[in-house]
Amino acid sequence: MVKGVRYRYLAIKVESKERFPKDLFMRTLINAVSRLYGLYGLSKTTLSLIEYNEDKRYAIIRCDHASVDLIRSSVASVTKINEIPVYFRTVLISGTLKALRRKLSEVLEKNQKSLS
Amino acid sequence: MRKFVDLHLAPKLKDENQVRQLIVRAIELDYRRIGISAPPGTNKRYIRKLREDADLNVDLVSRVDITCTTPKSLLKALRQVRRRFEVVAVTCLTKSVARQAAKDHRVDLVNFPYTDLKRRFFDKAEAELASGSYCALELDMNPLLTLPANRLVPLLRTLRQEVRIAEKFDVKIVLSSGVNDVSLMRHPYDYVSLARLFDLDKESALDSLSEIPNSIIERNRRKLSPDYVAPGVFVVRRGGDG
Repeated sequence: MVKGVRYRYLAIKVESKERFPKDLFMRTLINAVSRLYGLYGLSKTTLSLIEYNEDKRYAIIRCDHASVDLIRSSVASVTKINEIPVYFRTVLISGTLKALRRKLSEVLEKNQKSLS
Repeated sequence: MRKFVDLHLAPKLKDENQVRQLIVRAIELDYRRIGISAPPGTNKRYIRKLREDADLNVDLVSRVDITCTTPKSLLKALRQVRRRFEVVAVTCLTKSVARQAAKDHRVDLVNFPYTDLKRRFFDKAEAELASGSYCALELDMNPLLTLPANRLVPLLRTLRQEVRIAEKFDVKIVLSSGVNDVSLMRHPYDYVSLARLFDLDKESALDSLSEIPNSIIERNRRKLSPDYVAPGVFVVRRGGDG
């Protein structure tokens, strides 16, 4: 029996003084994966962007469940975008988008409270 | 739950703002213990002041970094610092220093330069000596984030080889950040996934960030306590004269 592809959804917080558009975020991520693992590694991740919120500075990406560590290390390896220091921080990982969104809203709410 | 440790923060100690920023960031990233690297000349008062200033929920560990070129100067430096710092790390620039550091029980961590790979002397002989003492190999994760691709590839190859040797000879590995810049600090789980690049498996990487550095700190704190008499001998209870 053919098994369906199992995905993992990752919530990534973009920590920087500047804001970055969606396409620049994705391009940076793809470059980071191909820098560390090459095009072959990138092709195995089935990486795609699900959601990007420029105001709240977070993104939700999807990848193959077997390549979570690969994506996580690539995400951590990003240090600069156009010479501006940046840190892509993996906040949450979940098996379903619904669960991730629920947990993410809790995390964002908590952060908002701690700021105010 | 694991108690994560970053044993190697390397701020400029004169820049108090930077020191504080690094500490605050480390707390945000779930580190419970952090080691601030100090040169051998740093006095106890400064470390105490740092602890008092960091009135935050974190355990500050005093760490000294010794960089020597001859075994004789290493021994001299060790005599001076061992009772003053909780963690002693030696950056080995020559093979003779590397060998001396590996066999000396007063050394907790050995690390090697990342820019000149010919000076990374962690081979089988070094590992054999290190496994006999309590010396661990320290790997900084900072170069993995900052080095360009053409220099990262040979470094990863070397690290892979070192990890293989360390595992074979049962030498403990400690993963640290080695940063002096807040923007380069990463979450422990980020380091765990980055450690995959040099074939360190998940459980070992987690131990390298928690169990192993914690055991080094506990061991040294016990040794530095007034109850310590000799290896394996401690004062259990003090009695009165009568």
